Amino acid sequence: MNFLLGAFKPACNISITFTDGKNRKQVPIKKDNGQIVMNPLFQSQETIAGKIHIDPYQGKKVEHNGVKVELLGQIEMYFDRGNFYDFTSLVRELDVPGEIYERKTYPFEFSSVEMPYETYNGVNVRLRYVLKVTVTRGYAGSIVEYQDFVVRNYVPPPPINNSIKMEVGIEDCLHIEFEYNKSKYHLKDVILGKIYFLLVRIKIKNMDLEIRRRESTGAGANTHVETETLAKFELMDGAPVRGESIPVRVFLTPYDLTPTHTNINNKFSVKYYLNLVLVDEEDRRYFKQQEITLYRLKEETS
Amino acid sequence: MRALAGVEDEEKWLAEGIAGIQHNAFFMHRALDANNLREVLKYSALMLSELRTSKLSPQKYYDLYMRAFDQLRQLEIFFKDESRHGLPVVDLYELVQHAGNILPRMYLLCTVGSVYIKSKQAPSKDVLKDLVEMCRGVQHPIRGLFLRSYLAQVSRDKLPEIGSDYEGDANTVMDAVEFVLQNFTEMNKLWVRIQHQGPGTVREKQEKERNELRDLVGKNLHVLGQIEGVDLEMYKETVLPRVLEQVVNCKDKLAQYYLMECIIQVFPDEYHLQTLEALLAACTQLMPTVDTKIVLTQLMDRLSNYAASSPDVLHEFLQVEAFAKLSNAIGKVIDTQLEMPIVGAMTLFVSLLTFTLRVHPDRLDYVDQVLGACVVKLSSVPKLEDSRAMKQVVALLSAPLEKYSDIVTALTLSNYPRVMDHLDDGTNKVMAMLIIQSIMKNDTCISTADKVEVLFELIKGLIKDLDGTNVEELDEEDFQEEQNSVARLIHMLDNEEPEEMLKIIYVVRKHLMTGGPQRLPFTVPPLVFSAVRLVRQLEAQGGNIAGEDVPATLRKIFQILNQTIEALSSVPCPELALRLYLQCAEAASDCDLEPVAYEFFTQAFILYEEEIADSKAQVTAIHLIVGTLQRINVFGVENRDTLTHKATGYSARLLKKPDQCRAVYACSHLFWVDDPEGIKDGERVLLCLRRALRIANAAQQMVNATRGSSGPVTLFVEILNKYIYFFEKGNPHITPSDIQSLIELINTEMLSDNGNTTIHSDPFFSSTLRYIRFQKQKGGVMGEKYDSIKL
Repeated sequence: MNFLLGAFKPACNISITFTDGKNRKQVPIKKDNGQIVMNPLFQSQETIAGKIHIDPYQGKKVEHNGVKVELLGQIEMYFDRGNFYDFTSLVRELDVPGEIYERKTYPFEFSSVEMPYETYNGVNVRLRYVLKVTVTRGYAGSIVEYQDFVVRNYVPPPPINNSIKMEVGIEDCLHIEFEYNKSKYHLKDVILGKIYFLLVRIKIKNMDLEIRRRESTGAGANTHVETETLAKFELMDGAPVRGESIPVRVFLTPYDLTPTHTNINNKFSVKYYLNLVLVDEEDRRYFKQQEITLYRLKEETS
Repeated sequence: MRALAGVEDEEKWLAEGIAGIQHNAFFMHRALDANNLREVLKYSALMLSELRTSKLSPQKYYDLYMRAFDQLRQLEIFFKDESRHGLPVVDLYELVQHAGNILPRMYLLCTVGSVYIKSKQAPSKDVLKDLVEMCRGVQHPIRGLFLRSYLAQVSRDKLPEIGSDYEGDANTVMDAVEFVLQNFTEMNKLWVRIQHQGPGTVREKQEKERNELRDLVGKNLHVLGQIEGVDLEMYKETVLPRVLEQVVNCKDKLAQYYLMECIIQVFPDEYHLQTLEALLAACTQLMPTVDTKIVLTQLMDRLSNYAASSPDVLHEFLQVEAFAKLSNAIGKVIDTQLEMPIVGAMTLFVSLLTFTLRVHPDRLDYVDQVLGACVVKLSSVPKLEDSRAMKQVVALLSAPLEKYSDIVTALTLSNYPRVMDHLDDGTNKVMAMLIIQSIMKNDTCISTADKVEVLFELIKGLIKDLDGTNVEELDEEDFQEEQNSVARLIHMLDNEEPEEMLKIIYVVRKHLMTGGPQRLPFTVPPLVFSAVRLVRQLEAQGGNIAGEDVPATLRKIFQILNQTIEALSSVPCPELALRLYLQCAEAASDCDLEPVAYEFFTQAFILYEEEIADSKAQVTAIHLIVGTLQRINVFGVENRDTLTHKATGYSARLLKKPDQCRAVYACSHLFWVDDPEGIKDGERVLLCLRRALRIANAAQQMVNATRGSSGPVTLFVEILNKYIYFFEKGNPHITPSDIQSLIELINTEMLSDNGNTTIHSDPFFSSTLRYIRFQKQKGGVMGEKYDSIKL
């Protein structure tokens, strides 16, 4: 495509830098083509400021009808690819119509931007924040440059955080009681608990704890639900007998988790579940799923 | 699944597993060399995943485990060196827990945990507690056992025991104990569980496999036994109750048996002693199929040895009433375990008895109590037929004999004979022999009639035929051996006090008389001699005490003797009876009891006349009679005449001439007793000798007639010697000329006999002549007497 691009070669090079770009934390983001790139990290209420450089090629002049920068918060549904729904849109006009002959730098600033939602890359939905620079031109077509950035929002620990405790079973076959120490976990948390076997009449082979993510998109009749298993953690090997109590200790760090998202802009929700799975010797699965809430706790060190 | 697989498949799976371990170990080592923690964790987890197999038997699994174990040592070294992986050990401890599979995760966690404790960044007890708790996730019996065994191994030198580097606060020993106990409990549960898995058809195989695994479980008890700082108090309050609780509750015979064995072996003796009650209570709660007797036996053996080790500890035994407790427990076990064969019960009793003898040698009542319990048990079953049980009973009965080396002690045990009653005849005899041997060996003197009575009750198997014994089955040699032993035994019954001795003799006689014809010839002689000894003893005292009843006692004894010997003649065993009569006669004579002596002689003569037909026996008998009669000086003239007359009469009627001759010249002594008060009837002496000469002549002629040559002159020489004897003794009727002529006669006989020149060919004769010459040369009174004899 390079030669094609060459034919319609843009008249200038646009680059965007953030004010504290060198110190700001970068986080990896997976792009559409599977590449992982590092993007700067922001949170809500932060001021997003920086400079935009427009660099015409080889003494060419760029005629334009104005230059602007937009801060967009977009939700993209994959069944409706390319069609973005902007829930946040801020604009700064940088220049009045005119001509640019040489490299020109425009500072910009969006102060205390309200960014309520976190960046999210799901199976069917993507939520992203982007800076969009547009050099508006008439017939020649506008020149546009994007710069993604990541937003993560931190919340304090929830004041109420009950444990999950439940007794389940199949009559005369299997009765267990399980307990997870909390119902709300932060992303670096560790799930503690135990499984207590009250009755075992089946030959259990092993027991796993799965962490599942349920992403539902759309609304009403068009709701689309996608479930992924993000973690499968073996809790027990072999068949327990009645009265046995098996400890649970699962560190969440190694898994790629996000906070629980509920009804983001009426577009989508992301929920997390702990799924306790017992497998018997005939590979039959017995399971019980419990929702947990994940949240992002402010890290001390960052 | 595994149960159905063949051995070949298993070999294959093992090979695959080993290959998998080696493969991943290779990459792990590469990562180790590169200090790449992430890769190390990845490949070590993969390597350990090979241990997740369910296809191997314990033995093969052990093989696999050991290979992984070696690799884990390398890994531990890497973990220890923070500079290589750059992570604080606490972070490492979390990191390894990210592994998705539990088994690799737990092996890694234990490995890091060991490093963590070593680093002392966390108290040993906390880490250990965490590890032992997290291991619960592995519920597969074999995998779990090996994992926990690994934990036990890496933690062995890191327990927070007293004196160790990891010693914690005041409760530190408790923490160590708690950890080991918990690991032990869980391992035992897993071990027991193997039994309940899989179909019933492979039960036996499972049992075998479990046996191979038992030391993994038992090792925990060894560790418990070695923890520094576990004192008696803690052992009593915590360690033992917890272990026993597990043992009792697991309700598995293999585990119960093995673990009880372990407990007994692992912990020190004084602890056992102090916790005897708990230990025994547990024994009674074991499964009925558990071989409790071996467990108890071992316990008692250990305690016995402990008691024997030092006299200082004995008071501890008394303090805890060890005997009563053991005795109770054994009773309970025997009562509850109805299926236990009798041999088992007997083994228990033997152990208990051994224990008692070692610990309470002074408490005969305890010994008797044990025997009593044994009797009760034996009575509850039909006659013993189990030879092993019989052996145990013999051991049971022998133990006191060996210990006390004094049968008298055993005789005071009232239950002793009752136990013996339950033996079969053969064993009973063996036992009786043992008793006798014990007496002999220790030279024990049994000195009261009561004891003798008991003793004979004990050995009655030897004394008489028991009901139903098939006499023909008896081995002749064994029988003789037995009876000889009885005979020897009789000589061990002795008492200085004549009255008691008499009682003893009564008792012995009473028992011996039941013995039947086969035994009497063996047993009567010692009895007779024993009685005769008593007689002589009385006689010796007679001069001093001379009470009225002394002769009465004597007379009684002689009555018994008479009756006793009479029994022999009915056997029949006349020669023996005759000898005994003569012995008695002599004894009676010594006591100046003429009628009694006469009676004995009469008996002897009757026997001779009626029972002794064999000519050789007759010869012997005659000589015995003559010999005895000669020595007896109690008879009055009349009686003596009668008897001597009889004796000479018998002599002359012997069959063979030489025998006649010898008997007759022997009779000559009857008329000449070389004793101041003895009879000295020289004339009749001469008569006898002449008669002997006549017979000798006749004999010579008979030989001449039948063989054409005269026989040896021995008879003449013998008679010559008699002449000389009486001559020297001063018999006036024997003159030198008699001797002279006899010598000449002999010379003539010898000449005619040989016809050649060797005159002094007979050594006897020449010796006799030499004697005469010697006397002549010696001179003196004797020499003068010989003067007139010319050679």
